[in-house]
Amino acid sequence: MKKIILNKKLNHCKIALFTCVLLMTLSCDLDETQEVATLNNLVMADEFDEDGTPDSSIWGYEIGDGSAQGIPGWGNNELQYYTDRPENVTVENGVLIITAREEAYQGASYTSARLITRGLFEQQYGRFEARIRVPYGQGYWPAFWLLGNDCNVNPWPQCGEIDIMEYLGDEPASMFGTLHGPGFSGAESISKEFTLQNDRFDTGFHVFGVEWTPSYINYYVDGNIYHSLTREDVAEETDGEGEWVFDNPFYIILNVAVGGNLPGNPNQDTVFPQSMLVDYVRVYK
Amino acid sequence: MKLSKIKYSRLMGLLLLVVVTTSCEREVSEDAVPATFPSNAEVFTDNPVGLTDEFFISFDPAVGANTNGFGTDQNEAYLGNTSIRVDVPAPNDSDGNFIGGIFRDRGEGRDLTGYDALTFWAKGSTTAVFEAGFGTDFIEDKYPVSNSNLQLSTDWKKYVLPIPDPSKLVQERGMFLFSAGTQSTNGMGYTIWIDEIKFESLGTVAQPRPRIQNGEEVVVQNFIGGTVNITGLTQTFNTVAQGDVTVNAAPAYFEFESSDVEVATVDENGLVNIIGAGISQITATLGGTEAQGSITIESLGDFTPAPTPTRDPENVISIFSDAYPNVTVDYYNGFFNADGQTTQGGTGPGGADLSVDGNGIINYTNLNFVGIGTFMNVPTIDASSMTHIHVDLNVNETLNAGDNIQLQLLNDVGGNETSATVTITSANLAQNEWRGFDIPLSDFNGLSSRSQIGLIFFISNSISNIYVDNIYYYNEQ
Repeated sequence: MKKIILNKKLNHCKIALFTCVLLMTLSCDLDETQEVATLNNLVMADEFDEDGTPDSSIWGYEIGDGSAQGIPGWGNNELQYYTDRPENVTVENGVLIITAREEAYQGASYTSARLITRGLFEQQYGRFEARIRVPYGQGYWPAFWLLGNDCNVNPWPQCGEIDIMEYLGDEPASMFGTLHGPGFSGAESISKEFTLQNDRFDTGFHVFGVEWTPSYINYYVDGNIYHSLTREDVAEETDGEGEWVFDNPFYIILNVAVGGNLPGNPNQDTVFPQSMLVDYVRVYK
Repeated sequence: MKLSKIKYSRLMGLLLLVVVTTSCEREVSEDAVPATFPSNAEVFTDNPVGLTDEFFISFDPAVGANTNGFGTDQNEAYLGNTSIRVDVPAPNDSDGNFIGGIFRDRGEGRDLTGYDALTFWAKGSTTAVFEAGFGTDFIEDKYPVSNSNLQLSTDWKKYVLPIPDPSKLVQERGMFLFSAGTQSTNGMGYTIWIDEIKFESLGTVAQPRPRIQNGEEVVVQNFIGGTVNITGLTQTFNTVAQGDVTVNAAPAYFEFESSDVEVATVDENGLVNIIGAGISQITATLGGTEAQGSITIESLGDFTPAPTPTRDPENVISIFSDAYPNVTVDYYNGFFNADGQTTQGGTGPGGADLSVDGNGIINYTNLNFVGIGTFMNVPTIDASSMTHIHVDLNVNETLNAGDNIQLQLLNDVGGNETSATVTITSANLAQNEWRGFDIPLSDFNGLSSRSQIGLIFFISNSISNIYVDNIYYYNEQ
C-alpha cells in the first residue's frame, strides 16, 4: 500500500496528456455545459452534520507513521504521525476537520489524521465526490482517494489506486487526479493537473469527484471533467503494459500528509496548524 | 441611471447627517446608501485613463527629483502601441539624481473595493531595482502602498501589488507611484518602460500575513509624554503567479490596540502616545487578521528633561537641541562598524531616539564610540568665533569610580586633519540625572584650527548607555 508520486511523473504525464487533451477536444468540450455523470443514485453520504468524532459506521483510521504497515513515512518520507485525537480529526459546524499540527509526538514532528472506509464502505464503480477546502503552504499534501480493498492479497499497485484529489500547498491554484495500477504506478502513474483561473483551492470549497464505470474513469472539479481515462487510454499510455485493475470494490481515504518526496518539507513560511475541511462525501451508483 | 443614484445617495447622506446630529439614539436608516465613486480599473493603457491633465506629478525637485525623464514611447509597448517611458538620471545629473512621482485620478477618486491588486507590465534597458505603488495622492496620502524592491528585467514582466485591504479604498485618488534611481546600477542611467497599469480582481490574492515592526517583538523604554512611531508595517499575500508578494502598507490599513490604555494610546497614524507609567504592548490587525510583531512600551514614568538652554541664539551654533535651529548634519551616528563601533542610537527623527513632550533626546546604547558627522554632504562647522561647547549628559546605568566619557573634536576630516579630546570623569556625571558641561574650546589641546569641524565623538570604555541633549557651540561674549 504505497502512494508514491514523483515530480518526474508530472512531466511524463504532461506529454502524454497532451494527446489526451487533443482527444478530448475532439470528442467533448471542456465547457460549462458539460454534464457530469449519469450516476445519480445516492448510495452513501456523510454530510458531517453531527459535531464530535466522525461517524464510526463509515470511518476508521490509520494510526502512526506507516512503520506498522511496513512503510515508514508511508513510502514517501512523509513527516506526520497520524492519530485519531480530536486535535487532528473532528466534526464541527457541519464539516469534517483534519488538522495537521507541528508538535513533537511519538518521535515525529507533525501530527495529522488519515480516515479510511476500509471494511465499512467499499464499492465497485460509481461516482465518488467530496466538497473540500485545502490548507496553504509548502509541505501540505492533502488528498481524497480510493484504494482497492484487496491490497492485502494483491499488493499495491496490483490492487489499484484512484487519486481523486491531490494538492500541494505551495501551488494553491492547482490540483491533480491520478490513476495507479500495475505498469503505471508511482513515477509512471497516469496523472493530470487542473489549474483554476482567477481562483484558488485554499480560499473556498470545491467539489472533487470521479465517475468510475467498467470502461472509463472521469475526473472532475466543480462539475468540469478535466481528465478522462478509458481502458484503451491506460493501454495506450503504458504501451500495452498497464493492466486495468479497477473492477473490484475500493474504499475511500481522506488525509493530510506533511512533507516528503512530493510536496517537499514545510519551510519557515508554512503556517501550522492548518486544516483540510470536508463539507461532504457522497457516493452514487 | 447610475449618476442619478449617486446624487440620490448623496442627498440621503445629507439627511442622515441631520438625523444623526439631532438624535444620537436613532439607527442609521437601512435605505441610506453611502455615496459611491467610479470604479474604473484602468490607469494607463495607450493613454492615461481618467488622470489629471498633468498626468505625471513629480516628487519635489528640491529633494532631487528629476522632472525631465518622464514621457511616453510609441516604439515600445507591451500591449497596443504606446508605453510610459522613464529615463532614470545618473547621480551627477544637475536636474536631479532620481525620478519619481504619482498619477492622480482627475475626479474625486475611485472606488477600488472590488479589486485585489494593482498590476502593470514593465521592462528595463538593464536590470535594476525600482519602486512602485499606489495610494499616494499628494493630498491626503492616507493609504499609500509600495514595494521599493521590484526587480526590473530586460523583457516585459508583470508586476502585482496587492491591496492590503480593498475595503478601505472607497475613494482613492492615488492611482500609481514610481521611483527609480541608480543605486542598483552603480550610477548608470537607464530606461524603464511601463504599460497596462490597472487595478484587477485577480481572485488569486490570498493568505494575508500582515506585520508590524517587521514581524519582530520589540521592547522600548520611554517616559510619560513620549511618543513612539510604529514602523515596519507590511502586508504579504500569496498571489500564485508571482508567489508571495509583500508591500509596505500605510498605518491607516491597520487597527492598533494597546494592552493598557492607561500607559499608552495609539492613533490611526501608528503614533504611540505614552500617558502613564507601566507596560503596554501594542499589537495590530489588518482586515481582521492579526499582524505578526508588536512593540512593548516600558514607560518609566515622568521624565526630567535637561534644562532648556538660555543663551542668545545669535551666539550659538547648535548641533542637537530643540531650543535652537540645528545645523544640518550627515548623521548622529556614523556606524563605523568596520572600525569596531558597537554604539546604537542617534537614528530617530532628527537624531532623537526619544521624544518626550516634543523634546528630542539621543539615547546612545552599547556605547564604545560614536560620531556626529558634518563633513560629507553638509557644510563643516566653523567654530572659530565660538568659545565653548555645551552638552547635557544623563547616564543610564550605575556609575563606578574611574568611569569616564571622552569628547573628541576633529577638524578638516580627511584633509589637514587635527583632533583633540577632553575627558569627563564620573565625579562630574550622575546616574539618571542630567549634568550640563560647558567646556572651553581652548581645553581641546591640539585642535589647532576649529574652522572646519567635521566630527564630534563620544567615546567610553566604561559607560554604555547615555542620554544626550543640547549639543551646541557658543560664544560666551
